Amino acid sequence: MNARNRDRLAAPVRPDAWQTMLEAATGSANTPVLTLLDGKTLYLDKLTVSFDGFKALDALTLDVEPGELRCIIGPNGAGKTTMMDVITGKTRPDYGSAWFGRAINLLALTEPEIAQAGIGRKFQKPTVFEYLTVFENLELALSGPKSFWITLLSRLTAAQREHIDEVLEVIGLTSHYRVLARTLSHGQKQWLEIGMLLMQQPELLLVDEPVAGMTPQETERTAQLLLSLAGKHSVIVVEHDMDFVRSIARRVTVLHEGRVLAEGNMDQVQNDPRVIEVYLGE
Amino acid sequence: MNEDRRSIVEDRGGFAFLALLAAAAILVPVLNRAVPAGSPLHLSTYALTLIGKYMCYAMLALAVDLIWGYCGILSLGHAAFFSLGGYAMGMYLMRQIGPRGVYGDPVLPDFMVFLNWKSLPWFWLGFDRFWFALAMMALVPALLALIFGWLAFRSRVTGVYLSIMTQALSYALMLAFFRNDMGFGGNNGFTDFKDLLGFDLHEDGTRVALVSATAVALALSFLACRAIVASRAGRVIRAIRDAESRTRFLGYRVESYKLWIFIFSAVIAGAAGALYVPQVGIINPSEFAPINSIEVVIWVAVGGRGTLYGAAAGAVLVNYAKTFFTGALPEVWLYALGALFVLVTLFLPRGLMGLVPAGVRAE
Repeated sequence: MNARNRDRLAAPVRPDAWQTMLEAATGSANTPVLTLLDGKTLYLDKLTVSFDGFKALDALTLDVEPGELRCIIGPNGAGKTTMMDVITGKTRPDYGSAWFGRAINLLALTEPEIAQAGIGRKFQKPTVFEYLTVFENLELALSGPKSFWITLLSRLTAAQREHIDEVLEVIGLTSHYRVLARTLSHGQKQWLEIGMLLMQQPELLLVDEPVAGMTPQETERTAQLLLSLAGKHSVIVVEHDMDFVRSIARRVTVLHEGRVLAEGNMDQVQNDPRVIEVYLGE
Repeated sequence: MNEDRRSIVEDRGGFAFLALLAAAAILVPVLNRAVPAGSPLHLSTYALTLIGKYMCYAMLALAVDLIWGYCGILSLGHAAFFSLGGYAMGMYLMRQIGPRGVYGDPVLPDFMVFLNWKSLPWFWLGFDRFWFALAMMALVPALLALIFGWLAFRSRVTGVYLSIMTQALSYALMLAFFRNDMGFGGNNGFTDFKDLLGFDLHEDGTRVALVSATAVALALSFLACRAIVASRAGRVIRAIRDAESRTRFLGYRVESYKLWIFIFSAVIAGAAGALYVPQVGIINPSEFAPINSIEVVIWVAVGGRGTLYGAAAGAVLVNYAKTFFTGALPEVWLYALGALFVLVTLFLPRGLMGLVPAGVRAE
């Protein structure tokens, strides 16, 4: 077990989470070949999900390196959202395994436990708290104890305040910290929500269509933001906007009918005849 | 913005509210006791009782604003907590009557003698001691809030369904308290109180002390509510109001936040009821009536949700109007109340506090 995973196990979790996390750590029946997992942040193996006979995911296998910025593209119904749902625990696969690092079996954890383990997900629609200020939104997203009595009696520590300031800086909303979130522009709300994910110091960020509905300037800033996050976090971006994907992607995965159709850099993927066929029709 | 984080001196509305309460606590005794009865400045017993009553209502409004204005839970059953606090106080006052009752029984209140009861039911034991009664005024509403809230919030009952359930709760309690064999005096409730802690309740001296005590209790409740909404927990509560599932997704146990706030709100309502009973001199099951809970919601809506002092101001204003109308045009009152609610909802969504210019309200 590497140091990072040990830290994660030592992080405060609900008592009943220990059981599942320890089981995950000691490995259950479907432990993947460990050599494959070494150094991966995320490892999905033969994931299969079917809804009423329709295979949303069909033996999907995918891995993500630490600090990698990965773009996932694919036509509608390719299984992008289902894949995110499986990673975050919202949907359970019929078959396959999903590992976060070497020690955490995602399929054994509940949604909040997965969030606590270090996977943050940004949904398509921004859901910031409209009647709280930017600062308060970030404060709410702080990691740490969250019981009523603790939040009632404790004040922010200097370190927590500093962390909020850092995130404000990263998402470029430092000058807006006292503004009610409802008055922010669409793009700013998206950044604030990414900031809220960053408050939890996630190892892996899942970002669903970050630039939908953004102005070109906002899109450009979002690209810079995501690029600045890569390295410190692993980031998976699902996006339709090809220009945007080209501007940020180093490695692109194309999904089609629940499977990986192609993987590589943008040029390789775009020149792949199978990808062209799927995107341009038969 | 960040209004809640400011200290009380910077918060002009809150400061003005506390100053007003301090003035009431001091001036009411002075104007009643020190100013001779003939003087135009003299405060009559009727007027001071009215002031005390309004302040009890303001406390109840504060409790509803905390749970509704900040946490988004529209309780249509707060009259139940108010009444339970009132009944706990009433039981103490009944036991204080002792042998001075009409039937002269040294222990049993008159209504029990009338029902041919031979001994005190178990739940009346201990109410001859003030400290015990005081504890019950808080604990009984808290326990009801705990049980109801635990069941309702854990099953994620929200919105209008929760409101209907709180209304049903209050209605069920009203029907139960109407029954003679419940042991709470049936439809007559408790009345004919003699004294509180040895002080005669018919004396003006006792009455002004009660008004002052109510002003202090209202001020303390206000400060406690304010401390809660200004804390980090207060931000979580507002987050729950605006996007409950999102808050849950951030790792907060929404149910436990709602439950604690609901319990605290019930305790304030209970304390308000306990202060109300010795001042009006009666408590009966009609206090549980659904219309009472609805009226509280109207006070809060009229004053302005989510400001605390706005709710208190709304309670006083609407009740002043009620005192006036029920005296001058009794048949008009309920229509006026309904119209007021409709008009405020349509034209003043932030209540009367929404009329105060932002420059005065904040900074």
